Amino acid sequence: MSITKNIALATGLFAGLMGTTALAQDNTRIALVAKSLGNGFFEAAARGAEEAAEEIGNVEIIYTGPTSTTAEGQIEVINSLIAQQVDAIAVSTNDPDALVPALERAMQRGITVISWDSGVAPEGRQMHLAPSSDELIGKTIIKLAADHMPDGGQVAVLSATSTSTNQNAWIAEMESVMDQYPDIEVVANVYGDDLADKSYRETQGLLQSYPDLDAIIAPTSVGIVAAAQAVQDAGKVGEVNVTGLGLPSEMAGAIESGASESFAIWNPVDLGYAAATIAYNLATGEATAEPGAEIDMGRMGTVTLDENTTAAMSEPFTYDASNIDEFKEVF
Amino acid sequence: MSIAEGTKPRRLPDRLSSRPSRILKSWEVLLAGIAILIFLANTQASPYFLNPWNLSDATLAFTEKAMIGFAMALLIISGEIDLSVAGIIALASTAMGFAAQYGMGTPGLVLIGLAVGVVCGAFNGVLVTRLGLPSIVVTIGTMSLFRGISYIILGDQAYGDYPDDFAFFGRGYVFWVISFELTLFALFALIYGGLLHFTNFGRQVYAIGNNATAATFSGIRVARVKMILFLLTGVMSGVAAVCLTARLGSTRPSIAFAWELEIVTMVVLGGVSILGGAGSILGVVIAALIIGMVTFGLGLLNVPGIVMSIFTGALLIAVIALPRLILLIRKGRTS
Repeated sequence: MSITKNIALATGLFAGLMGTTALAQDNTRIALVAKSLGNGFFEAAARGAEEAAEEIGNVEIIYTGPTSTTAEGQIEVINSLIAQQVDAIAVSTNDPDALVPALERAMQRGITVISWDSGVAPEGRQMHLAPSSDELIGKTIIKLAADHMPDGGQVAVLSATSTSTNQNAWIAEMESVMDQYPDIEVVANVYGDDLADKSYRETQGLLQSYPDLDAIIAPTSVGIVAAAQAVQDAGKVGEVNVTGLGLPSEMAGAIESGASESFAIWNPVDLGYAAATIAYNLATGEATAEPGAEIDMGRMGTVTLDENTTAAMSEPFTYDASNIDEFKEVF
Repeated sequence: MSIAEGTKPRRLPDRLSSRPSRILKSWEVLLAGIAILIFLANTQASPYFLNPWNLSDATLAFTEKAMIGFAMALLIISGEIDLSVAGIIALASTAMGFAAQYGMGTPGLVLIGLAVGVVCGAFNGVLVTRLGLPSIVVTIGTMSLFRGISYIILGDQAYGDYPDDFAFFGRGYVFWVISFELTLFALFALIYGGLLHFTNFGRQVYAIGNNATAATFSGIRVARVKMILFLLTGVMSGVAAVCLTARLGSTRPSIAFAWELEIVTMVVLGGVSILGGAGSILGVVIAALIIGMVTFGLGLLNVPGIVMSIFTGALLIAVIALPRLILLIRKGRTS
């Protein structure tokens, strides 16, 4: 929705020029609620949701959210969506607990409620769509490195802190699939503490200790940028490939210089598309949100809900020279 | 005789401008007219507007802010301001969440919320009245201070273990669609309206705002009145903290972020002079209704929040500028 259109709408309201709005009740109205408006990540998700709406037909996407990332703002937005009797609300929450009362009321009035990206507590939603899972991330980060090492070789892991729950879970999942890569050896695990300068120094250390190193896996958006910079500064572009999880806007330089062949993170367009499709399927009764249920996500395949009615959309999306320019503006 | 001739006896004005009662009346009439227009426009723009439950939900967007707004109106009329109110909410909510974790019951939690409000208000009041510091500077400082303490205690964590009956203060209904918060809003409107317009204390507030020095020489204990006003603003922030926390059912340090400016906007839109000495509670009530209806009406049309802020801002400037413009035009005609 463009700003000019909004202003036009609002002006119409205040001039009292607008007649009673014709209601398109035959459309399924799905509200996609962002943490805040004006954030590239959520704008991209909204584009994905629109794509799903076109594909399904008879679906109207209402993309909305508060101006700042507050729970109070999201509650006001949700109240106005309840008032409009939308068919489904898909929300990325600013506060897993504070939204529960408002969303419970929405469900009492027959509105389908799911959370996506950032989850609501289970009593406040029918299901949660996580962008990915520990298992899928673990598999992806080693695959990213292996794809550019046809003859095998040495890789090192640059993590956040030694106590980071997420990173430790991902690295453990990665290690559990290492038997699929017999030619690849993980030679070291180092910790950059999610600080740019420490990550940079740890990478320098790796480059000196392991002159034959082929890849560095950094499953942290701070570490991956610092590692790419260190590889570039050491003149090892082309010898050592830095990969892992990063943000396209921060990694565009590393892709351009060649310090990183590819990296991964969830794709907000896919996430918005999947959230809208699932919301539609639940709202129209084509699927039910219960543990073990399989729900169709259109071109993204299907998801299976676990015992907490949470589902993981897919493995992280891979970004490389072919698509970095498109996404570096987004997030 | 010669002195009195040609000069009318001067009354203590409600406003800085002349012809006090007429302009005061026309201000509220103007606001009420705008409110009615917005109401009618809303009923035309969205079929969902005229639903009692929807309207009831919509009131929750302004009741808490307006409750603080009443006390803030008195404070601004006296020539002071308190920008730390949202910080007080954060601190009071954090204190309640902390106590709730250790199994404190609902009455205790409410007392804690109000007590934190009183203590914070007293802290602001002492700095302003005893040390003679400007309130805008003091409360910009305490705004960060109070919320900062919440951030230190909570970080990225949240408190959420509130007892079930505590939710009544934010989610309870007194009668049909009339929520507890709406009832409280009406009650405080009457209390503060009575206090400002029908008591000696209220007259003293106006007198101080118009001319603090003259008020002092008239025997008004200026520091004491201001101290009471800071305490009232603090305790109303505590009340709002109880309601908001109960409504959300959880506490994060970002709770009620940036509310201080929304509250000041509401008060100024209600016709309270930011320079002090003028304003009414009725104006603040109508302003609260206007802001509530604009927010809800635009929300029903899914207009993004940023456009809503533009509207509130434009409305504020328009309403503030209108009397000035009328005055200028009249001056131009007479000269």
